Amino acid sequence: MSIIIYAESENGKIKKSAYELASYGRAIADKMNFELIAVTFNLEEEKTLGKYGVEKVIKFNGQSMSNFTAAQYADNISSVAKEYKAKILILSSSADAKYLAPKLSINMSAGYASNTLGLPESFQPLTVKRSCFTNKAFNISSLKSKVNIIGLSNNSYGVKENQKTTEIIEKDLISSESTLKVVKVEKAAGEVTIADADIVVSGGRGLKGPENWHLIEDLANTLGAATACSKPVSDMGWRPHSEHVGQTGKPVASNLYIAIGVSGAIQHLAGVNSSKVKVVINNDPDAPFFKAADYGVVGDAFEVVPELTKKLKEFKNK
Amino acid sequence: MKILVCVSHVPDTTSKINFIDNNTLFDTNGIQFVINPNDEFGLTKAIWMKQKLGAEVTVVTVGENSCESTLRKCLAIGADKALRVDLKPIDGFQVAKQLVNICQKESYDVIITGRESIDYNGGMVPGMLSALMNYNFVTNCVYLEIEGDNAMASREIDGGIETVSCKLPIIIGAQKGLVEEKDLIIPNMRGIMQARQKPLEVIKPVDSEIKSSILKFEKPIPKGAVKLIPEDKIDELIDLLHNEANVI
Repeated sequence: MSIIIYAESENGKIKKSAYELASYGRAIADKMNFELIAVTFNLEEEKTLGKYGVEKVIKFNGQSMSNFTAAQYADNISSVAKEYKAKILILSSSADAKYLAPKLSINMSAGYASNTLGLPESFQPLTVKRSCFTNKAFNISSLKSKVNIIGLSNNSYGVKENQKTTEIIEKDLISSESTLKVVKVEKAAGEVTIADADIVVSGGRGLKGPENWHLIEDLANTLGAATACSKPVSDMGWRPHSEHVGQTGKPVASNLYIAIGVSGAIQHLAGVNSSKVKVVINNDPDAPFFKAADYGVVGDAFEVVPELTKKLKEFKNK
Repeated sequence: MKILVCVSHVPDTTSKINFIDNNTLFDTNGIQFVINPNDEFGLTKAIWMKQKLGAEVTVVTVGENSCESTLRKCLAIGADKALRVDLKPIDGFQVAKQLVNICQKESYDVIITGRESIDYNGGMVPGMLSALMNYNFVTNCVYLEIEGDNAMASREIDGGIETVSCKLPIIIGAQKGLVEEKDLIIPNMRGIMQARQKPLEVIKPVDSEIKSSILKFEKPIPKGAVKLIPEDKIDELIDLLHNEANVI
């Protein structure tokens, strides 16, 4: 019996979320007395997973991977889950993981709990806490299948070291027939994505126009943060949709969320609720966001933000 | 071409969320229900495809009688007929099984769902349906073009866009970007009048295994008061973020 995590990588490098999954999987494996196995594809640095408690790494390599589709990832992961008698399969909340998980649940006749927060409340039956109503509430769900899949909300458990000796097992890909082909992938190189970011800096209508976005970008660059925006900003075309965070946009679960000139409509607050610490900079002291924030500055963004960026640079250089 | 649009009947995005019966039931008192926003982008896309390529658009929901207002709105927007599977669903798998039944009764070339509903946010149904039907699947879909029996579709990935090509049938999980918000079709009076005459069929649910169930709901713990930092003392903010919050 085993606990299996799908450890995602990009260009051969492991993603930070995979270490969180490993730490989380380790805690569950210890409680259930099972082995912790990670499934990886074209990963070059699999050893580092051992630091977070992984005992076996199943390594799929193959040139055909560059054009690999979701269905094929799912088929390979479920074959490992079957071979190693997985009781629980754990995935992250990345776009790719959320794409794969429902297919995996059908392949494995497994129950599936997406948006799971933290460790299960019980194991018999498997009972987990999940966010719902876009973070305006949670539900406690019980899964009834013999094998279950947990989709862990990013940043809801954290990374914990727990060194184990790791065995690496190389495997050949099973390829399955499909008419679906990846034609192209467009990705901005080196940019921090909202999904992976520890810190997100977000701008709203208070910035008055797209020409002022350098304020947001300078602050984000100083902090190594991702940039985001409110719904009206993306609707007006000031910023691309991919930056829109909120109920109908992307969810944010960063450690630090800095909202500049964002009033804090209920839909926006719902989307960013899972961020641990929220800072608001707004010239309107009655902006609803102040009620949901940890720290606030009432002031003109055009003065406060450059000052904050400057002071942060000094702080970083110390 | 036949297009099936799967819609959910969900609380409006401005809704205050409360629970009753010992926190086991969502309190619908005073709640305005709407078409799930992700489904609405998909429905407008379906109507555009109908106008461009000529297609029959069927909308389906799995839910009780009260969901019919949402189906009528879909008909007013331009769908040709509506189906309601008469079931108060317990989990996503059960919904997917109902939709499999619909897809087996009549074959559709394009099946459009929202990437997730904004109430339970499971994001399970589209992927489960595609796996059960063994149809191609593109979720977080921001672009879709059909030519003959081929589809080109793009999905938003973390930090970028992936474009794929495949044969029909295809299932997509729609979201904002597939259609811009300003381009969403708003029903006009003529559409609303016509919708009353369009067919709305009630379908008996099929038996399905239940894989998960909700035991109870919780609400977030209310936040403490915000700490305000004077705008001329930004150093204080940096100090708090570093020493108190430990985030920089």
